[in-house]
Amino acid sequence: MSKEPVAVVGIGQTKHVAARRDVSIAGLVREAAQRALDDAELTWADIDAVVIGKAPDFFEGVMMPELYLADALGAVGKPMLRVHTAGSVGGSTALVATNLIAGRVHGTVLTLAYEKQSESNAMWGLSLPIPFQQPLLAGAGGFFAPHVRAYMRRTAAPDTVGSLVAYKDRRNALKNPYAHLHEHDITLEKVQASPMLWDPIRYSETCPSSDGACAMVLTDRVGAARSPRPAAWLHGGAMRSEPTMFAGKDCVSPQAGKDCAADVYQQAGITDPRREIDAVEMYVPFSWYEPMWLENLGFAAEGEGWKLTESGVTELDGDLPVNMSGGVLSTNPIGASGMIRFAEAALQVRGQAGEHQVDGVRRALGHAYGGGSQFFSMWLVGAEPPAS
Amino acid sequence: MPEVLKAPLVVEFPFTRSLGPVQSAFLTGLRERVVLGVKTGDGRTLVPPVEYDPVTSEEIRDLVEVAPTGTVTTWAWNHAPRRGQPLDTPFAWVLVRLDGADTSLLHALDATGPDAVHTGMRVRIRWAEERSGAITDIACFEPYDSVETPEPAGHDGRFEDMVTGIVAPARLDYTYSPGRAQSGYINALSDRRIVGERCPSCRKVYVPPRGACPTCGVATVEEVEVGPGGTVTTYCIVNIKAKNLDIEVPYVYGHIALDGADLALHGRIGGIPYDQVRMGLRVEPVWTDGGRYPDHYRPTGEPDADYETYKELV
Ligand SMILES: [Zn+2]
Repeated sequence: MSKEPVAVVGIGQTKHVAARRDVSIAGLVREAAQRALDDAELTWADIDAVVIGKAPDFFEGVMMPELYLADALGAVGKPMLRVHTAGSVGGSTALVATNLIAGRVHGTVLTLAYEKQSESNAMWGLSLPIPFQQPLLAGAGGFFAPHVRAYMRRTAAPDTVGSLVAYKDRRNALKNPYAHLHEHDITLEKVQASPMLWDPIRYSETCPSSDGACAMVLTDRVGAARSPRPAAWLHGGAMRSEPTMFAGKDCVSPQAGKDCAADVYQQAGITDPRREIDAVEMYVPFSWYEPMWLENLGFAAEGEGWKLTESGVTELDGDLPVNMSGGVLSTNPIGASGMIRFAEAALQVRGQAGEHQVDGVRRALGHAYGGGSQFFSMWLVGAEPPAS
Repeated sequence: MPEVLKAPLVVEFPFTRSLGPVQSAFLTGLRERVVLGVKTGDGRTLVPPVEYDPVTSEEIRDLVEVAPTGTVTTWAWNHAPRRGQPLDTPFAWVLVRLDGADTSLLHALDATGPDAVHTGMRVRIRWAEERSGAITDIACFEPYDSVETPEPAGHDGRFEDMVTGIVAPARLDYTYSPGRAQSGYINALSDRRIVGERCPSCRKVYVPPRGACPTCGVATVEEVEVGPGGTVTTYCIVNIKAKNLDIEVPYVYGHIALDGADLALHGRIGGIPYDQVRMGLRVEPVWTDGGRYPDHYRPTGEPDADYETYKELV
């Protein structure tokens, strides 16, 4: 029996900011969920199940969000699941929800991911003092910076590529009312003059620390037929993992990422992603990850990703816009960041992205990764239902 | 088999919580010796209050005051209180349905022993002398023998100077063990030797060893000494000082492929100006007395390794 087609009919986000002191975590997730329901013109009673994701527990000190947030998300009397996959969790959470519909377990599912970074400290959460180990590093930037240097060495990319990505994403964010950073006076010179934190990564090439939530209402064909606004249709979705470290791991372009993309493209019937995909929301927490993922996801040959960035292909008005929303570089509630990528891809094919809408997007890719480049989740959504 | 290492590991952080309107009123109320519940759509009063109706999912904000007296609905005796619990002498954990409430609140009951506690017993709040807007403003409950039920004053939950956030310290106490393979690695470091383990299947040498090959999924037991020389495969220059690290910035954080190892380990590169470190630099460990690991790695003075010889390890 074939799978049930899956449609995104509701999307809601909070305005992402450094600290939402006016709401509890329950109030924050509620705001995004209510907006997604409003977008779909549905009520809590229309939801059959809830699938929630968040950042690793140490990041926020909330160990059982599914328990604490059941009433805020209208989950009482319904199945509620929680998904864990580090930074990619927002993507894998959406895919777990997707599979519940594709497998005809449920008709309409609410999926949501969130994080309140202001109530915790991710750098602390990533740097627990493990006995017998030499404390060397704090935070994610120092972990990923050597991989960026390896990419630069491998491809001979000019030093300026990272700053081009940051300058582009911060300008895109100005068109997205939900983005955290709105740097109206941003210039390329300012990005390039910002201090080196973990050389070769500059301050302006790193993501902010945000509070925010993102929610989506996913439904089947019957639900999509009732939708008041255009749906985004799932054409392919996949997850892959690999260990953080193993002999032979390619930290610049992990095999699990390539395999995940290949699976999605195969499901969607895509043979040439560069030509057949119109826009991409990818997980770029440090600017150099744009060219790195362009190669990993098959949009450019190995060693060529930076050329797409440098030549303006990934700009909002380019041939393959990347991170139209401003991306993780402009908004990073870690637990929600993957779902925001998926939701922004869906907004583009629904024509609902507002000022950062790209004309004529028929197919868009949402991408997330997490851990030490070890978890990958992606979906490809289209304006038309998948060919059956 | 040599002894497996063990050490205490305390994971501790003062998480903060923004309260939102309902918890804000509830905790501010406790500071003012007022207990607030919230009305649901079907007319019940929930104490402690929540923000969303558990039946209809609607937002609920109608706060009502309940009495500081109530009835124990169930309980369990705590023989040995732990750090941070409400009382430091043995006490009962109780669920108390306060007069006027339809749900029960979890707290501690100060009682002389388990024989002095029973379901259905009447209790009242013992307020803490110093109150700040936290659940600990209720010091505990105590037996209440009067038949009188104090009438709540009908507070609506609006106060001057509302409490909007709390600190919720979390602490986990572990006994950490790195396991057999890493214990062997760490013990060898004390003798200034760096040892890994070879996978019997793919023949790769893991340093530090984990006791199993993550690719093949088989146990590793064959010990292999590697180094002491190695090659810097990649690195970054750290310019920001981390609160929990006693290392002066800038410093170089490097990936070092020790000779004979099949993946790089991580270490600090010293003995060379930070801006002269490069990929391919040949280094060796620098040991300090009593150290559990090399303090850092320094240049050996050999010519740099050719990129082709280590690119598979980047
Ligand atoms: Zn192996």
